[in-house]
Amino acid sequence: MPFDIQAIRRDFPILEREVHGQPLVYLDNAASAQKPLAVIEGVREYLAHHHANTHRSAHHLAAQATIALEKAREKIAAHLGAEHAQEIIFTSGTTDAINLVAQSWGRVKLGEGDVVLVTRDAHHAALVPWQMAAERCGARVEPLEIDEQGGIDRKAFKAQLSKLKPKMVVLGHVSNALGTVHDVERLCAMAREAGAATLVDGAQALPHLDIDVRQIGCDFYAVSAHKAYGPTGIGALYGRTEILESMPPWRGGGEMIDSVSFEGTTYGPLPFKFEAGTPNISGVIGFGLAIDWLNAVGRKNIRAHEDAVTAGATAALREIPGLRIVGPEGDTPKAPVISFVYAKPGLAPVHPADIATLLDQQGVAVRTGHHCTEPLMTKLGLAETGGTVRMSFAAYTTAEEVARAVAALHRALNMLL
Amino acid sequence: MTTTNPANLIEARQQELIETFEMFSDWMEKYEHLIDLGKGLEALDEADRVEENLIKGCQSRVWLALKSNEGGRLHFTADSDAIITKGLVALTLNLLSNAPAELIATANLHSLQTIGLHEHLSPTRSNGLTSMVQQIKLAALKQC
Repeated sequence: MPFDIQAIRRDFPILEREVHGQPLVYLDNAASAQKPLAVIEGVREYLAHHHANTHRSAHHLAAQATIALEKAREKIAAHLGAEHAQEIIFTSGTTDAINLVAQSWGRVKLGEGDVVLVTRDAHHAALVPWQMAAERCGARVEPLEIDEQGGIDRKAFKAQLSKLKPKMVVLGHVSNALGTVHDVERLCAMAREAGAATLVDGAQALPHLDIDVRQIGCDFYAVSAHKAYGPTGIGALYGRTEILESMPPWRGGGEMIDSVSFEGTTYGPLPFKFEAGTPNISGVIGFGLAIDWLNAVGRKNIRAHEDAVTAGATAALREIPGLRIVGPEGDTPKAPVISFVYAKPGLAPVHPADIATLLDQQGVAVRTGHHCTEPLMTKLGLAETGGTVRMSFAAYTTAEEVARAVAALHRALNMLL
Repeated sequence: MTTTNPANLIEARQQELIETFEMFSDWMEKYEHLIDLGKGLEALDEADRVEENLIKGCQSRVWLALKSNEGGRLHFTADSDAIITKGLVALTLNLLSNAPAELIATANLHSLQTIGLHEHLSPTRSNGLTSMVQQIKLAALKQC
């Protein structure tokens, strides 16, 4: 199917709205993507005509809802390249998925003096759960350093693996702050060779990349639906069957048990032992529909379009004297994310929040600040000056929108200087 | 500044502020004005750019220092590393600084609502503005 940007935009009702009297230019997709009609209407249809609790009651609606939920699980498993559907645990999102691993796997596998290695550019959601788990058992969390371009130096990684002998290596697939795409396949192979388990934060990868967890060779992979055109409050953890089976449940409740008595309780099989309580059924339905939408448009088409938009935006931003793009350059693989700072020689840098306020006033939505990656901003020397301005693009972003954003940026900078 | 009954000092300043903002036709103009106010803000002494003077709850860094208490009036200086925030600081100090401690501590800054600042600013900036006003009032209260 040819990629028709206008047809795609018609799928997203929100793109027709105005903000502060200006047509919306939504360039905050790395924070959350907008929702296509297929997801909006599909969730509505489920809630209006098909809802019941899953895996419990014997009536028709319950059976249909259960089938729909398990079909979505199979779809997501296939999309991520998992071998079995039971390797997909529904969570409230990437954060929840990583907390699950840190609490459950961490409880049985981490002990006094053990090391968890986390990339310097990890989102706080991939770092803080491990700090909490480490604190409880006397383990420690060390940074896996990155270079000026946001990449991981494999030599340094190898040295850290042999020196620190980490039990767990936590990698971001795509940096939310800079857009760096890490070679997780290579890095996971190195970690595995050194005897470490691996968790990949795939929150930023799901909307942009082909993901194959078996090819990556990770033990865990975490995603959120809302970054990839699905609803908020739903995500998934992929875990290899063998490793998931070795882990205890971390939340107790209904539907995760085998039998319950006051003398003792035994737990159910995968994936249910990690899904206590009624799942976010409508969220799962929406997640499945978002995956369908991605596949119908075609991930390769989306990638090609987003790369072209990013290249155009990069070229336009580079023409602004004093503007510096932070992160990967040249041929380094990159997600459709551009992080930048602005300073006229000899003058104090313009605060990212000022730029964002004046862009917003002109209808252009961007994100500014630390992007939940304070250790990265500190390392880049940007923590004190308010981080960066981040423009992030999606399947529906047009070259015209980028041109409008750049024009709005020129106007903002003129006002601020 | 209009000469006025000291008891109405801050109220008179608020009326001026409301009149000024009525002249602007859109928010880009209002931001332009805020940026100008920020650029015109009296410089903060380098010695006052310290951790203890940072106001908690602001998205960008804001320093606030009580400089003197002369003739029964408190004089504040402040700075921020974001220029729009600095403009908000200047706007607030234009209302509250150089006034008797008791007036500052008991001021009702209704003008900030009238000119639509709280409504229009992002929640983080709006909360920052509230923190700043509270900090100034608290400093004034200690001088009462």
